[in-house]
Amino acid sequence: MRPVYMVSGGVSKFEKARPDATFQKMVKEAFDYTMGDVPRLKPSMIDGSVASYFSDHFTRQLMAGIMATDYLGLCPKPNKRIEGGGATGGLCFQGAWEAVASGRMDVCLAFGFETMSHVQTWKGNEFIALASDVNFDYPVGGFYSGYYAMMVNRHMHEFGTTVEQLAMVSVKNHMNAYDNPYAQKRKRLTIQDVRNSEMVAYPLTLLDICVMSDGAAACVLASEEMAFKLTDRPVKITGVGTGTDMMRMADRPHGDVILAPNEKKSDYRNLKYPGVHSFRAGRSAGLQAYKMAGITDPIREIDFVELHDAYTSSEIQTYEDLALCKYGEGGKFVEEGHPFMPQIEYGLKLKTKGTIPVNPSGGLIACGHPVGATGLMQAVFAFWQIQGTIKKHYGSGELQLKKANRGLIHSHAGTGTYVTVSIMERGW
Amino acid sequence: MAKKIDSKTAGSPRFNPAAKLDEVMTGTTVFNIPFPKDLNALKGMSPIVIKHPYFVEYVHSYGQDSPFFAGLANKKILGTRCGKCNYTYATPRMHCTKCGKETKWVELPQEGRVHTFTTCYYGSEEFLKDTPFHLVLVEFDGVDTLLLARLIGVEGPEDIKIGMKVRAKFRRNSQLKPTDVYFVPVA
Ligand SMILES: [Zn+2]
Repeated sequence: MRPVYMVSGGVSKFEKARPDATFQKMVKEAFDYTMGDVPRLKPSMIDGSVASYFSDHFTRQLMAGIMATDYLGLCPKPNKRIEGGGATGGLCFQGAWEAVASGRMDVCLAFGFETMSHVQTWKGNEFIALASDVNFDYPVGGFYSGYYAMMVNRHMHEFGTTVEQLAMVSVKNHMNAYDNPYAQKRKRLTIQDVRNSEMVAYPLTLLDICVMSDGAAACVLASEEMAFKLTDRPVKITGVGTGTDMMRMADRPHGDVILAPNEKKSDYRNLKYPGVHSFRAGRSAGLQAYKMAGITDPIREIDFVELHDAYTSSEIQTYEDLALCKYGEGGKFVEEGHPFMPQIEYGLKLKTKGTIPVNPSGGLIACGHPVGATGLMQAVFAFWQIQGTIKKHYGSGELQLKKANRGLIHSHAGTGTYVTVSIMERGW
Repeated sequence: MAKKIDSKTAGSPRFNPAAKLDEVMTGTTVFNIPFPKDLNALKGMSPIVIKHPYFVEYVHSYGQDSPFFAGLANKKILGTRCGKCNYTYATPRMHCTKCGKETKWVELPQEGRVHTFTTCYYGSEEFLKDTPFHLVLVEFDGVDTLLLARLIGVEGPEDIKIGMKVRAKFRRNSQLKPTDVYFVPVA
């Protein structure tokens, strides 16, 4: 395998509905932004592409990947579609990484989109819930917010996590998004606002849950030689990991914790793992990526994280999977302030701010979650953060971290069935 | 969904400037559309949005899982057990995920405990009419995995506790769906 770099990225602003554009046009917007940011890159230099979108039901168009490819003018070069639920974007990013790492391509485009406004919200929830076992799970009342609510209720029972701690994630991510013009929801909230908003699936309220969106995102990955020809500030992808778990939550084992390098067996004497409170796929993906990037103490060796916060609860669960803290300490981790941005005022009393900012962009909760685009959006935001170009792309430098040499992006599907983790580092 | 006025914070008179009608997916059919003389003006045109119905009747086979549904119709909860690992699945699978061997059908106890739960106030379109409903993952003694089911006979989530005992009940006229079994609290 050879080194792979990200050289450019672009995002269409995520919105509740984009009736003015088809999915091809939205992808084109993200693509044009991507190309415009590296003027030395010409379409003829792109060797091929990988397409990412989750649901054929939302699109009501099979083979949509090739239709976006032809709209971009990238025929007759290679293209394929990658699909893996909510992690589709993360898998697509890694698909492009594989194409370059293997030597098959020198420059590969990863693009993704979703058009979720084409159906009413509760029909959309039905389409998403079809990503659960249709023999045993879906017919009982298939609803992803319900599945995540069951998981967090067990997390609260097991570890004492509180609804106020969940709400703090929502306050943080909505507030971060305040300075991100790409975000769909930019709100200053209090813990009470989150708790007083409508209950969707106990204990998760409307403000604990991300919204559906229309949107697209694109990333260009390149070999070392091409990367330095195209840009002075390429970002190196130093670790990739992909984890899986059983589709049915009911089937998850109750065994031993898979230990991170900074953990010992005695940390978890009576914990049955992963049960329904933790994501084994996230732990697996994280450990693979850490090993490849040579990371043994993630919280000290990573500067920031963009993770898949489809629910406030899953952000807390993911701190633990990624070994930013021990299993069971995720609630305390947010309460103490570790994942907050150091430079932003949240209206909360926080002991320690900015140990490792999580979702500086506002995450899915505030930016929106057009599934196939989401994992690539995270890559683009992380790329700009590491390049130090947040001001250029957001129009204000409020969200630029002082130290952003190494970031982690995390994409997550199902009830934790596919999870990808990629490590991105300053490459120049 | 309709935004409710919060009685605690609203003064008198109780105005809600954020009030908004629920979004609906219906529109008006028009038969003609105005057209500009200058084709360059077309780029300023509003998008044309039309509706498509999408209805499919699937012929879905439960395949090797079929005996589970026959069991429910006969007031039995069937799980499977691996002869090699002795691992018992509450939600059946015909092949053991640990060793790959074919499993055998076993009858599960009809009393178990709530492993975790939620109350859904919204849901997928198909289940909106059932809201609010309670979902539980049930654990059984001597069984290694869980079973997803509905819980009835409680009012709200405050009545449901992890670890509480629940008993299976069955629909008299089975619908051959996993909801043919549901659980109630044990008094
Ligand atoms: Zn076995």
